Amino acid sequence: MNVPDTTEFRRGARAVLPLVPAIGGFGLVVGVAAGNAGFSLAQAVGLSVFVFAGASQLATIELVDAGSPVAVVVLTAVVINLRMMMYSASIASYFDALAERWRAGIAYLLTDQAYALSISHYGDDPPSDPRGYYLGVALPLWIVWQIATVAGLLAGAGIPDEWGVTFAVPLVFLALLVPAMKDRPSTLAAAVGGGVAALGAGLPLNLGLLLGAVLGVTAALTIGGGDA
Amino acid sequence: MNDTTLWALVLVIGIATFLIRYSFIYLVGRTGDLPPRLERALAFVPPAVFAALVVPEFVSYDGVLHVAPDQLGAGIAAALVAWYTENMFATILAGMLALWTLRFLV
Repeated sequence: MNVPDTTEFRRGARAVLPLVPAIGGFGLVVGVAAGNAGFSLAQAVGLSVFVFAGASQLATIELVDAGSPVAVVVLTAVVINLRMMMYSASIASYFDALAERWRAGIAYLLTDQAYALSISHYGDDPPSDPRGYYLGVALPLWIVWQIATVAGLLAGAGIPDEWGVTFAVPLVFLALLVPAMKDRPSTLAAAVGGGVAALGAGLPLNLGLLLGAVLGVTAALTIGGGDA
Repeated sequence: MNDTTLWALVLVIGIATFLIRYSFIYLVGRTGDLPPRLERALAFVPPAVFAALVVPEFVSYDGVLHVAPDQLGAGIAAALVAWYTENMFATILAGMLALWTLRFLV
């Protein structure tokens, strides 16, 4: 099992296709912001390659531009990315039989979209080689992200805002959310998670998302009876 | 911020982000299964996170209530399509068409 399942890879790549304009658009925005904040091309590429997480990259760029202390920038980026620890825990069991280097590579490519599409695809009946689908989603996202940030920095322009191409991202999460609300506790998890995130939208560091997720899970386990 | 500091910053954030992503994937690969209670909790991560990613795009509060009527309308249309078809492509198509209709035609 040294080569990931190619049929599953293609399935993942097809699933991620509708996200390409949205991720490309987001990457352009990050590239433009990096250029405006005085990042060199190498530094912008370095940020996209080493960090590869849009929201924290944008926050890093804005804070650097504002002259914030290094510790504040690091702390902000880390808190914004903490949600991925939940993704790591949630998806880990599908990859537990793989060699260390595969698991490290999979971890490096972990994003909201790769997690969401893969965990929904696996469900109760995961493919024998879960790498294929995951990489089919994650690798195209990585490539589009790198090209888009470079293009944004070099061209300094994006797709007009009113087209709303980035709206495809929440639509994907919505399409995954509906079947994920399959019983009472999972519906409660969604209601509390979404409600808290909306109420906490003004909190710094993207904390509304983290708080919503944690309280949603807690509600499902306690009053939702999901811990039975 | 000078060049060296900026590069160091990029590397530190990159390493920290990787360690966050690797944390449980590494741990579960080393030690096998997670405690059953944690496993049960993790089963609710997808609905909670998906909703937390979606809802603020339609309605949000930061001292003032913000409603994005075109996005909310498009979201409702997309949710109905998701409910009836459970098809990702149809859901995205319905949502984008509804957004453009509400934004440019209505």
